[in-house]
Amino acid sequence: MAQVVIRSLNKKFDEVHAVKDVNLDIRDKEFMVFVGPSGCGKTTTLRMVAGLESITSGRILIDDKVINELPPMDRDIAMVFQNYALYPHMSVYDNMAFGLKMRKFDRADIARRVQEAAEILGIQQLLQRKPRQLSGGQRQRVALGRAIVRHPQVFLFDEPLSNLDAKLRVQMRVELKKLHDRLGTTAIYVTHDQVEAMTLGDRVVVMRDGVVQQVGEPLELYNEPANRFVAGFLGSPAMNFATVKVNRDNGAIWAANTGLQIKAPPEYTDRLGRYVGQEVTLGIRPEDLHVASADDPTELGFDVVVEVVEKLGSEILLDVAAGSDTMVASVEPNVRAKIHDHLRLALNPERLHFFDMHSEAAI
Amino acid sequence: MIEGAIWRRWVFFYFPLTAFIVALLFPFYWMLVTTVRPDSELYRPWNAPNYTPFWTLHPTLEHVRDLLTETLFGTWMLNTMIISLAATAISLFCGLLAGYALSRLKFPFAGSLGTMIFITYLVPQTLLFIPLADIIRNFRLGDSPWALILTYPTFLIPFCTWLMMGYFKSIPKELEECARIDGATRWRAMVYIIFPIAVPGILSAGIFAFTLSWNEFIYALVFLSSPDEKTVPVGVTSELVRGDVFYWGELMAGALLGSIPVAFVYSFFVEHYVASLTGSVKG
Repeated sequence: MAQVVIRSLNKKFDEVHAVKDVNLDIRDKEFMVFVGPSGCGKTTTLRMVAGLESITSGRILIDDKVINELPPMDRDIAMVFQNYALYPHMSVYDNMAFGLKMRKFDRADIARRVQEAAEILGIQQLLQRKPRQLSGGQRQRVALGRAIVRHPQVFLFDEPLSNLDAKLRVQMRVELKKLHDRLGTTAIYVTHDQVEAMTLGDRVVVMRDGVVQQVGEPLELYNEPANRFVAGFLGSPAMNFATVKVNRDNGAIWAANTGLQIKAPPEYTDRLGRYVGQEVTLGIRPEDLHVASADDPTELGFDVVVEVVEKLGSEILLDVAAGSDTMVASVEPNVRAKIHDHLRLALNPERLHFFDMHSEAAI
Repeated sequence: MIEGAIWRRWVFFYFPLTAFIVALLFPFYWMLVTTVRPDSELYRPWNAPNYTPFWTLHPTLEHVRDLLTETLFGTWMLNTMIISLAATAISLFCGLLAGYALSRLKFPFAGSLGTMIFITYLVPQTLLFIPLADIIRNFRLGDSPWALILTYPTFLIPFCTWLMMGYFKSIPKELEECARIDGATRWRAMVYIIFPIAVPGILSAGIFAFTLSWNEFIYALVFLSSPDEKTVPVGVTSELVRGDVFYWGELMAGALLGSIPVAFVYSFFVEHYVASLTGSVKG
């Protein structure tokens, strides 16, 4: 049982207010991912949970116990660092045993636990090696092993996969997920990679400039982003944004600019009603655009000029110009489109996003 | 390695290297030749027909024997060894802790303190020995090994501190953070994780400190006066140069024997030493 509760957490470094009023409830056994661009305060928050960074104000509780003033060693946590931080002068076995030795476990117990962890991670044959004799993936496993031997209450991961090559990263991601399912330990995972966040997290926290933007399950964040930043940060290729003016015509709401004119579906009528005559940001995900056919209603389509064609095999990405806006559309691989072609694209009316121009909040 | 034509390799590599090695080793060769040269050859005028400055056909160990039996050379070696080891140990201990604190701990004025320590290293010994002489006299330490054991750290500690500070900064701080999460206190993380990794740095600081104290001249000259308290550099030059008479053979024998311990220390630790200057720590 270990839930982590963060209340009104703040961190100031001299001039910089790195973490602003963060409130989070991380449930027992949950895999929580902090994601955001660099400098968003996610690592600082993690380091405050670890006890490596002092807390300017606010409280952190593990299992209802305030740990603000506890030294890292007494928090019953384990942390995996981006650069693995393996002790270079110790063998893999000693690296994994170090935490247990410091906590005065007896030798037999240490040996049993290290063996057990080594088996889980498949590194039994590496125990006598020194870290410099290991590959990146093996080092990563040792770092994980060092964390799991102690059976801590909470795992903290600070971008653990970002030093691995792309292929290994995907593989380790899957293993991490399996490991978490097997051990069921509460985990906090920091990354700047939105794919890792979406695939690993039970829930995801998106941060920007020290402020939590949205907390939720991955698909919830993807489908219902709270603001323009979350919408643009999650998803690859990123969501298309266009500035449009809201008009009312015969009771229907239209969003229009020089390149497109779209009739908003009825469910948006109320929400967009108060923006009539004003500009808002329209957001469309690339996969919600398709090449228009005869079945598509004209009020949901717009004309574009193809600028770049990127054939990815499973899909084609079209970079298109719609009036003064440029957009990316992810279309079926059988679409035959060439550069400078004129096309008509249609969009999926259920999956439109509108954002306030000033607050950037979802409408 | 220089790429390209053979002449380029000769002009840019072999020739400069040879010149450098010759210039570097020639004084030692000269010391050796002078040591084993009999007096009759040593004081032969340069325009004598049988003048052979670069070699001798009648090598002798007479000067070495004289040095060891007629002078207090053994005592000087022992003095120098004790003083150098003690001063090095004190400086290394202080430098290690100070270097760690300055590179890792956050405390007010840490940066300016580091700079101040560095500035003390820049004060020339030729200036500092005057007030130090006064202090030595007040504490009645003159003419004893303590005069040097306690004054050498004035330049060795800043040196060791800066060297160790640089080395500690090259060790990723995550190693220590990880150790602290693993259950070590800051002190234990320092002793079990950081110091073992810093061994090359500690060794090179030690070698440097030892060499500097072994070769130190001014303090030893000023603070010590009785012949049986002297160190090698002072003993050799003060006891073997009488007025305008230079006992060249014994002088060179003393210089040669005096440089053996330093050469020995260097050759013994050369690998660690080079690693500390060129290598970095990989996690």
